[in-house]
Amino acid sequence: MASDALIRIDHLHKTYHMGDNHVHALRGISLEIARGGLVAIMGASGSGKSTLMNIIGCLDKPSSGKYFLDGVDIGSLQRDELADIRNRKVGFVFQQFNLLARTSALENVELPLLYSDGDKSKFKDRAMAALTAVGLAERYDHHPSQLSGGQQQRVAIARSLINDPQLILADEPTGALDSRTSVEIMGIFQRLNREKGITVVLVTHEPDIAHYSNRILQFKDGHLMVDEVVTNPRNAERELAEMPDIVEEEEEPVA
Amino acid sequence: MNKVFQSMRIAFRALRVNKLRSALTMLGIIIGVGAVIAMVSVGSGATDRIHQQIASIGSNVIIIQPGSQNNGGVKSGNGNSQTLTEEDARAVQEECPSVMYSTPVQQNQQQVVYASNNWGTRIYGVSPEYLTIRDIRIEQGEPFTTEDVRATNKVALLGKTVVDNLFAGEDPIGKTIRVRKVPFTVVGTLVPKGQNSSGQDQDDMIIMPITTAKKKVMGGGRQNNWQQIGQIMVQARDGRNQNAMDEIEALLRQRHRLQATEDNDFQVRSLEEMAAAQEQATQIMGLLLASIASVSLIVGGIGIMNIMLVSVTERTKEIGLRQAVGAKTKDILSQFLVEAVTLSLLGGCLGIGMGVLASLGISYFAGWNTLVSLPSIAAAFFFSALVGVFFGYYPARKAAFLDPIEALRYE
Repeated sequence: MASDALIRIDHLHKTYHMGDNHVHALRGISLEIARGGLVAIMGASGSGKSTLMNIIGCLDKPSSGKYFLDGVDIGSLQRDELADIRNRKVGFVFQQFNLLARTSALENVELPLLYSDGDKSKFKDRAMAALTAVGLAERYDHHPSQLSGGQQQRVAIARSLINDPQLILADEPTGALDSRTSVEIMGIFQRLNREKGITVVLVTHEPDIAHYSNRILQFKDGHLMVDEVVTNPRNAERELAEMPDIVEEEEEPVA
Repeated sequence: MNKVFQSMRIAFRALRVNKLRSALTMLGIIIGVGAVIAMVSVGSGATDRIHQQIASIGSNVIIIQPGSQNNGGVKSGNGNSQTLTEEDARAVQEECPSVMYSTPVQQNQQQVVYASNNWGTRIYGVSPEYLTIRDIRIEQGEPFTTEDVRATNKVALLGKTVVDNLFAGEDPIGKTIRVRKVPFTVVGTLVPKGQNSSGQDQDDMIIMPITTAKKKVMGGGRQNNWQQIGQIMVQARDGRNQNAMDEIEALLRQRHRLQATEDNDFQVRSLEEMAAAQEQATQIMGLLLASIASVSLIVGGIGIMNIMLVSVTERTKEIGLRQAVGAKTKDILSQFLVEAVTLSLLGGCLGIGMGVLASLGISYFAGWNTLVSLPSIAAAFFFSALVGVFFGYYPARKAAFLDPIEALRYE
C-alpha cells in the first residue's frame, strides 16, 4: 500500500437489490487518491458517481471489494464505527447546504462537535475559528434564512472543517450557486487544499468547475472510464481578483 | 449528565418550532394525568371517610344478632328468631375474658311528643355501657346509670336531630317528653356524630334503659318474653377482637345448649370486618375510576407516538445530516426519546396541577371528600415519564436506524 494514498479502492462492486431487480451501481472500481489531492468526479446521473461518493464518505459499504480510508478497512466496520469515522475524518458539503434552520451559523458549525468527545468549553472557539477560515466570523449569529446561498455554503464548509478532517467530500457544492459565487467557493476549497493539505473530492457535472481540481475521474455505467491529470488547473483566487467588482456580493438571501 | 442537558435543550428547541402541535399533544397527557389524579383523590377521599366512620362507630365493636331458626327444615333467616336474652348479654360481659363491655340492644321506631311538637325517631333500649362501646358522648346533662336500668326509670338521652325537632331552641334538660303516652324525663343530650357511611343520620335517636324501653315502650306483639332482645353489642379488649368472637361463640353455644351437629342460632360479626368489606368496595371503585382515567393517559401516549412519528418523517433530512456528521444510533435515539419524554413530563406536571385543581373543584362543588396524596402525585409524574419512554421509543428507534443515504436524499 502506497503510504501517501488516503483513499485506496480495490475491485469495488456495489449492487442494490430491489425486489428481484439487481442494480449494479459500481462494477469493479480500483483507484487511489493521494493525501493532499483535489479530485473532481464527473459522470451522468446513474453513472455510479454518487454511489462511490457515499462509499468514500463511509455512509455506505461495498458489496464486494475493498475500501481503505487512511489505512482502515471500511467494509469491516459497524454502523456506529462508521459514524465515528465520518465524525473524525470526513467533512461533508452538500449541494443544498443542509444547514439546520432556526439555528445560528455558529451552532450549525458546532453540530459535529456534539457527537465527538472534545472539550466542550472549546466548542465555541473552534466553531468561531472555522467560521473565520471561511470569512464569515462576523455573521456567526445569523440564521440560515438570513444568509445568501454562498454564505450558507461557506457555513457548511466551516462545519465540514470543524473536526480537522483529512477528507472533505463535496457533492455538487456549486450546483445551487451563481457562477461568481461558485468561483468563490472553489477558491475556498483550493485554499484549504493548499494551506491545510486537506484532501478534497468533489462531484460535479460542470467541466468548468472540474478544472479547478488537479485530477478528474469520469464515470459511466458503473465503470471508471477516464482518469486524467489536469495539467493546468484554474486558479479561483486569481480569477476573482480579475473580475470586475460588482457591488461587493450583496446577494439576495435564498429561501 | 451534560449530554442529557444538551439533548433537552435540542428537544425544547424542536418543540418550540411547533408550539400549537406540542401543546395539543401535551393536552392528551395533561387530561390523562389530571383525570388519574382527580379520580384517585376521589377514591382515597372515600376510603379516608370510611376510616373516620370506623373511628366514629367505636373501635373493636362486635355485634351479636339472633340467627336463623331451623323449624323442621324451614330456615327463617337471620334476625327473625328471638334467641338472645339479656342474660346472654350479661354472661358475655362476665364470662368472656376478651370482652370489655357488653350491652343488650332493643330498638324500635316510635313517635315522640313534646308540647305541640312531635317527631318519629328510633328508640334504643340499652345499658349504660352502650355509650362507651359506641363512643357516644354526652353534650349536656348526665348519662343514665345501672341503677336507672334496675329501677326501670323513665329517663332518656336525646340525639341532636331529635332535640332540634322537638325543642326549637329550648333547653331540653329536665323536660318531659312522651313516647306512646309514657312520660320520660330528658336527662342528657348527645354530641352529634353526623351521617354514617350509608347516609343514615346517627343523631336521630333516643337512648333509654333497656328495661324501661321494653316494659313501657315496646311491649306487646310477639315480644311476650321480656327476656328476649334484638341484639347484643360488645366491645372487645384492644387487639383481641378475634379471641372475643371465638369466646362469645363458644359461650352462647353452650348457653343455648346446641349440639355439635347443630348450626349456631346466633350470628357474631365484627363491625371492623364489615367496615373492611365496605372499604374494599370503595377501593375497588377507586381503582375502577383510576383505570378508566388511565385509559385517557394511554390515549395521550398514543398522541405522543403519533406526533413523534410525524416529527421523525418531517425531520428525516435533519436526521440524515446528523448521521453524516457523526451522530451514532444512540445519539439519535436519545434525542427523540428525550423529546418525547420532555413532552410527556411537561404534560404530566401540568396534568398534576390540573388534577389537584379538579379534585379541589369536586370537593367544593359536589361536596365529596377528596384526598390528593403525595404518592399519587409521584406516581403520576413517574407514569407520565414512562408513557413518554414507552410511546417515544418506537419513533425514536425508527429515526435512529434510518439509512443515512436515504435520509439525506429525502425531500
